[in-house]
Amino acid sequence: MTANGKPKFAMYWAAACGGCEIAVLNIHEKILDVDANFDVVFWPVAMDAKYKDVEAMPDQSITLCLFNGAIRNSENRHIAELLRRKSKILVAFGSCACEGGFPALSNLTTREETLRTAFSTVSTDNPQNLRPQPNYTVPEGELDIPHMYSVVRPLDQAVPVDYYMPGCPPESEQIAAVVELVIKALKGEATLPAAGSVIGAGHSTVCDECTRTRNEKKITGFTRIQDFRPDPALCLLEQGILCNGPATRNGCTARCPMAGVPCVGCYGPTDGARDFGGRLMSAVASVIDSTDPQEIERILDQIPDPVGSFYHTNLAGSLLQASKPTWEEDQHAAHHD
Amino acid sequence: MTEKIGVYVCHCGTNIAGMVDVEGVAKWAAERLAHRGVVIARDYKFMCSSLGQELIEKDIQELGLTRVVVAACSPHLHEQTFRTACARAGLNPYLCELVSIREQVSWVHTDKAAATAKAKAVLSGGVERVTHHAPLEPLRVPIHPATLVVGGGIAGIQAALEIADSGTRVYLVEREPSIGGHMAQFDKTFPTLDCSACILTPKMVSVGNHPNITLMTYAEVTKVDGFVGNFEVTVTQKPRYVKVDLCTGCGVCEEKCPKKVVDDIFEVGLGKRKVIYRPFAQAVPKYPVLDRENCTYFIKGTCKACEKFCPTDAIDFEQKEEIITLKVGNIILATGFDLFNAHRIPQYGLGRLPNVFTSLEFERLCNAAGPTNGNVVMRDGTTVPKSVGIIHCVGSRDENYHAYCSSICCMQSLKFAHLVRERTGAEVYNFYIDMRAPGKGYEEFYHRLLEEGVHFVRGKVAEVSAFARLPGEEGHLIVQVEDTLIGKQRRIPLDMVVLSAGLEPRHDAKQVAKVFGISCSADGWYIEKHPKLDPVATMTEGIYIAGAVQGPKDIPASVAQGAAAAARVMGRIQQKEIALEPVRASIDETRCSGCRICNALCPFNAILYHADTAVSEVNPALCQGCGTCVAACPAGAISGTGFSDEQVLSQMEGLLLRNLQPVEV
Repeated sequence: MTANGKPKFAMYWAAACGGCEIAVLNIHEKILDVDANFDVVFWPVAMDAKYKDVEAMPDQSITLCLFNGAIRNSENRHIAELLRRKSKILVAFGSCACEGGFPALSNLTTREETLRTAFSTVSTDNPQNLRPQPNYTVPEGELDIPHMYSVVRPLDQAVPVDYYMPGCPPESEQIAAVVELVIKALKGEATLPAAGSVIGAGHSTVCDECTRTRNEKKITGFTRIQDFRPDPALCLLEQGILCNGPATRNGCTARCPMAGVPCVGCYGPTDGARDFGGRLMSAVASVIDSTDPQEIERILDQIPDPVGSFYHTNLAGSLLQASKPTWEEDQHAAHHD
Repeated sequence: MTEKIGVYVCHCGTNIAGMVDVEGVAKWAAERLAHRGVVIARDYKFMCSSLGQELIEKDIQELGLTRVVVAACSPHLHEQTFRTACARAGLNPYLCELVSIREQVSWVHTDKAAATAKAKAVLSGGVERVTHHAPLEPLRVPIHPATLVVGGGIAGIQAALEIADSGTRVYLVEREPSIGGHMAQFDKTFPTLDCSACILTPKMVSVGNHPNITLMTYAEVTKVDGFVGNFEVTVTQKPRYVKVDLCTGCGVCEEKCPKKVVDDIFEVGLGKRKVIYRPFAQAVPKYPVLDRENCTYFIKGTCKACEKFCPTDAIDFEQKEEIITLKVGNIILATGFDLFNAHRIPQYGLGRLPNVFTSLEFERLCNAAGPTNGNVVMRDGTTVPKSVGIIHCVGSRDENYHAYCSSICCMQSLKFAHLVRERTGAEVYNFYIDMRAPGKGYEEFYHRLLEEGVHFVRGKVAEVSAFARLPGEEGHLIVQVEDTLIGKQRRIPLDMVVLSAGLEPRHDAKQVAKVFGISCSADGWYIEKHPKLDPVATMTEGIYIAGAVQGPKDIPASVAQGAAAAARVMGRIQQKEIALEPVRASIDETRCSGCRICNALCPFNAILYHADTAVSEVNPALCQGCGTCVAACPAGAISGTGFSDEQVLSQMEGLLLRNLQPVEV
C-alpha cells in the first residue's frame, strides 16, 4: 500500500503492437475505477516512469500487473523478471503474453532472416543497409541496445505467471469485468480464481456464441471471403472458409465470425486442449469430404499458409516450442551479430 | 507420488531377452523410477505363465500395489491376461498397463544397447501413463436372441441352419430371388466330384422349411442402427409382384409367360429365362419373381398372362417395395464374392473370340440342368471340342489385377480338365504358374489328373489369338505360352479355352461394409478381428463374417466359417448379456459448443447431436472406443477413457525420459 492507501497497479508492453493498451483504455469510464482504486505506478504508454523507479520498489509491492507482449529481446525478459519480482499478481495479458501471439510466427524462420526482412527487403527504405548494433560507441560513452533472441516466447516461458487473459486484444468488457473482480477481491467481496487459470474468457468455444447455423461438417474445398459472397447465416467453416472458432476459447462474443470474418483463434485453446493448431488441424482434416488421397491433397493445398492459419497466435505456446534453444544458447547467438 | 507401482519385465524366452537386457531394464526401473512411484521391479522368463502372473498377484497383495506395468508383448496378445491377474488380486484390471517391448522393441531392432535404451524409454512412458489411469467397470448390455445372416450362399446357409437348430430365430436376407449362391451354379465339386446340387439343395430346403428361419430373398439390408446385442436392421424387400402367401410355386405363370430374356445372372448369359421366373428349378423359396424391366405388361400395359393363368390369384402387379425393421443381437455377413471380370485382360480374347469361356460359363456348360444339358460344346451350341485349354490364375497372382492367389482356381481347373476328359475325350492342356493343392485330397486329385492324360504346361499364357501362322493352326485358337519347364515359347492350337478367373470382393463390398460399420482391406475383403485367432469376428462387436467375403476360399472352408461364426453367435446368445470394454469416448457438455465436426465422423454412428441444446453426445453402448472423434474435437471436449490428454502427454514425457532426476556423478 502506498501513502494514499491504494493498491499499486502496473501495465507493461513487451513485444507488442499496442492494441492491448488501447483495449484497456477502451473500457471507457471504468478506467476511472482503475484510478480510483489503484495507484498507477508504472505504465509506460500512459505515464512517464523509469525502470530504475521500479527497481527501487520493494518486492511484491505491485498488487496487479498486466503484462502484454511477448518476450522477443533481452529487455523484454529483463522487465518480465523485474515485474515478476515486484508484483503479487502477474497477468499474461493478451495473446502475445499468453502464447507468443502472431509475432511468434517468426519462430518458423531464423533470426537472421527476420532481421533481413525487417531491414533490407525492397519495401524497406534503408539505403545504407544499416542493422541494429548491440553495442555502439558514441562520444558520450558506450551504448547497449537489447539483444534480439532467436525465438519469440510467451511470458510464462520467462517467468511464472498467475493468470492468463487471452485475446488479440482482450475484449474491453472482459477487461472491465476482471478489473472489477480484482477490486472486489481486494475488498474481500469476491475470491480470485485458482492460480494458473485463464481469466476474462469462457470455457467452451467461439461456436457457442456464434449464431450461424451449423450442420454436419463436410468440406469439399477451401476458399476465402474475398473470393465469394458467403451465406450470412451459415457456419463459415461449412462454406469452406477456414474459421478457427471451433477450437478457440470463447469470451469474445464471436465478434469476427458474426461479422462474416473467420476467427483467427486469438483467444487460444480451450481448457481441454493442449495444442491449439494441432487440435484444429486434426479437426479440419477429419471433415475433408473425400477418401481419395489425391483429392484430399488437392483440397488441403487450398489452405494458404497452413501454419499461419492454424497457429495464428499460438505458435510459441504450442507443443512445437519443445525445439526452442535455451536462454544461454540464445544469449550466446545474439552476441555473435 | 502417491501410487505404488509394480513393474514386471518379461524375457519372453529369448524373444525379448535376446535383444534387450531385461534384467538391466528391471534394475534400472527400480532405481531410476523409484521417485515416480515404482516400488518393485522384477524380471521373469515368461510373465504370462501362471507363475509369472502369481508374482504380480502376490506383490499386489503383499506390497499393496496400486498400479501395475508389464513390459512384455503387444497388448493385443496379453493385455487381458494381465488385467485378469490384477483383478484376481483385487486390483481394478484397468489400473494395469501393458507396454510392448517385443513387437515394438526386440523384434524390430538389431542393436542390443539401443534396444535396451528404447525398452527403458517405453517402460518409463508406461509408468508415467499408468499413474493417470482410473479404475473402470465394463458396461453390461443384454443380447437380443435373434440373428441376422446376410447372404444365402453356402456360408450363410450353414450359419443360419446351425443357429436355427440351436433354437433361436434367424433372419436370412438374400439379394437374389433364391438362396444357393455360386454353389448352386456348379455341376461338380472338387476333389470328390460330388454333385454340387445334390449336396446343396437339401440344405436349401432345410432353410426354407426351418421353423426358426425367416427367409427374406430378393431383399437387401439398407441400414443398421444400434450395437452388439441390440441392432435395429432395416431391410428393403423388393417387390416380387407375387403374393407369397397365395403362391404354391406350381410354375404355371413361368410356363405361360410369353417372353424370354437372356439370363445374365444364373446362366451367365448362356441361357434364357422367362420374365416371371425362378432362377433354377430347385430355387428356395419356390416363389417366382417378376422382372419388371422386361415385363410386357409393365412396358406396354397389356399381357398379364401370368395373372390370367395363376390358379391361386397370387400375381399382384401393384406390389410395392417394402421396408421391414428387424431387431437382432448379432449379425453374420456372408455376402460372398464376385468373379474376376476376364474382359479386363484383352489379350485373352474373352468376348472377342467366341470359344473363350469363363470358368462360370464352363460350370453352366457342364451342369446337367444348364443351358446345354451338361454337354460340353463350343459357342455354336453343337460342336464338341477336340482340344481344350484351361488357363489358371486369370486375374490372380498378377500385379496388374490382383496380387493375391484366389486359392480355388487350381482345383477348379483340375476339375474342369477332368470333366472335359470325361464328357468329350478331348485333349486338355492346363496352363498354370504353380500348382496349389493344399487341401484334403487335393494333391491326390492332381495326381489322378496327371494319370488321366491331361497335359500340364507350366507358364503364364501371353495371349490367346485366332491368327494362324503355322501349319495346323488354321481354324483354331492359338495359345501362346512360355513353357518354363523346357524353356521354350510354345504355340498350342486349341478348339476351346476356359479362363479360370479369380475371385474378387463384391463390387459393392465397400458400401456394404459402411452400412454395417466394419472395415475392409484395400482390395475390399472384410477384415477379421485377428487373422489367426479370431477369423470370423470383426472389430465391430456383434458383427461376424463367414465365407469368401473375408477372402477367397473353397466350399469346405466357407462351410467351416459359417459354422464357426454361428458358434460364436450362439455363445453370445447363451451369455444373455455382454460386458463391453469401458474404453469409450465421452463429451463434456460444458465444453462442447456443438460445432458438429465430430458428427459425421463416427464409424459406428454413436454420436448424436441435440439441436435444442446445441451439444453432441456419445452413446456409450454404440461407441467402440476408436478415438476418431477424440482426435477430431477442436475444443478438446471429447475424451477417450484410457486415452486422456493427460495420459498420452505424460506417456510422452516418460518416453522422452524427462521424468528422470539427474544422477549425481
